[in-house]
Amino acid sequence: MAQRKGEEAAGYRCEDDPSYLYPDYVATRLRAPKKPLIILPRTLSDTTGPAYGRSPVGELDDDLTRQHSGEPLGERIIVTGLVLDGDGRPVRDSLVEIWQANAAGRYTHHLDQHPAPLDPNFSGAGRCLTDGEGRYRFVTVKPGAYPWKNHDNAWRPAHIHFSLFGPAFRSRLITQMYFPGDPLFEHDPIFQSVRDPKSRQRMISTFDLETTQPEWALGYRFDIVLEGREATPIENHR
Amino acid sequence: MSPGPTPSQTIGPFFHDALLDRDRSELISPDHPEGIKIKGTIYDGAGEVVPDAMVEIWQANRAGRYNHPADYRKELSLDEDFSGFGRSGTDARGEFSFLTVKPGHVPGQEGSLQAPHIMVSVFARGLLERLVTRIYFPDEEEANAVDPVLSLIEDQELRRTLIARDEGGPLRFDIHLQGDGQTAFFEF
Repeated sequence: MAQRKGEEAAGYRCEDDPSYLYPDYVATRLRAPKKPLIILPRTLSDTTGPAYGRSPVGELDDDLTRQHSGEPLGERIIVTGLVLDGDGRPVRDSLVEIWQANAAGRYTHHLDQHPAPLDPNFSGAGRCLTDGEGRYRFVTVKPGAYPWKNHDNAWRPAHIHFSLFGPAFRSRLITQMYFPGDPLFEHDPIFQSVRDPKSRQRMISTFDLETTQPEWALGYRFDIVLEGREATPIENHR
Repeated sequence: MSPGPTPSQTIGPFFHDALLDRDRSELISPDHPEGIKIKGTIYDGAGEVVPDAMVEIWQANRAGRYNHPADYRKELSLDEDFSGFGRSGTDARGEFSFLTVKPGHVPGQEGSLQAPHIMVSVFARGLLERLVTRIYFPDEEEANAVDPVLSLIEDQELRRTLIARDEGGPLRFDIHLQGDGQTAFFEF
């Protein structure tokens, strides 16, 4: 048992996560903690997690193209994939929240001053629950790239923000999904803050002809692997 | 796609409509007799407030039971209306707040007992991954003194950053991301 605990502790840290300070991303300079982090021992406090991840969602929450009276402009896409734990097991009935810019690269947010048009038919926020196989699916439009003033001529590659809970406090993840072949990758310090190129690949969706629907929408596949495993197998205590 | 965990990325500045469209900062009804208010301000390394952060909390109920299937201690009651989860944005003054109850003691490792505490995640533009910290309670001096997690922090000043301050009204738990008074943060 002690040995197993050790293995789990070693496997839990996601070494691919960026360290907090990445000076090229200017906002990290005054927000990244400088004191060493304290390794938190596994207890019920973090091997349990919010039931909010299982909260009900509305019927149109997973279709960002049908939340208004008309259809949004842009390239209609389907984004789908599996949410898995560190052992490759599906994370079922778990909340996935997304938000994104519209096709012109503009967010419906009062602080977004990019002079690109807002789309009255697009809010850019969605949520859904994973199904029994850990699968989520959204219909939306492909977001545009947008400028962000981090440095001269700074543009974010097109991306969709993803928020996931998983089974425990430990597995909470907020990340961004990118689109394949974006020429802005090499110029984007947020994307580059993940140092390992293999890890960066895990944030890039793949074009998927099977998901693509004829005469209607392109399909992109994006699987998400959360850290760690479910600490206490639920079955053991039922 | 390569195997391995999906890396974290910043929440960015534009999450409000998606994540804060409903108020999740009150975990109990406002007339709950045991309700406590916890407030705090988030500061950056220059001492400026952070007005675009999101704070999430996760805690046990007053009996010390987590509303989650992995908490197998069925002898402790669950409160039907208490999920133990809360979410609050920071406002223009960098302030977040929660209305909740004080959690009970929960088990630590190897038969130890942890002092009442609340798990905290901080997300913000400029944070490439969330920051994890804990709120402990000022009226639990004895339990805090032997808490197995607080005891991991040798630096007394750093340890004190995890204990909320009793200022007569709401408990205050300020979070300093960086600098001399930096809050203690955890990793897994």
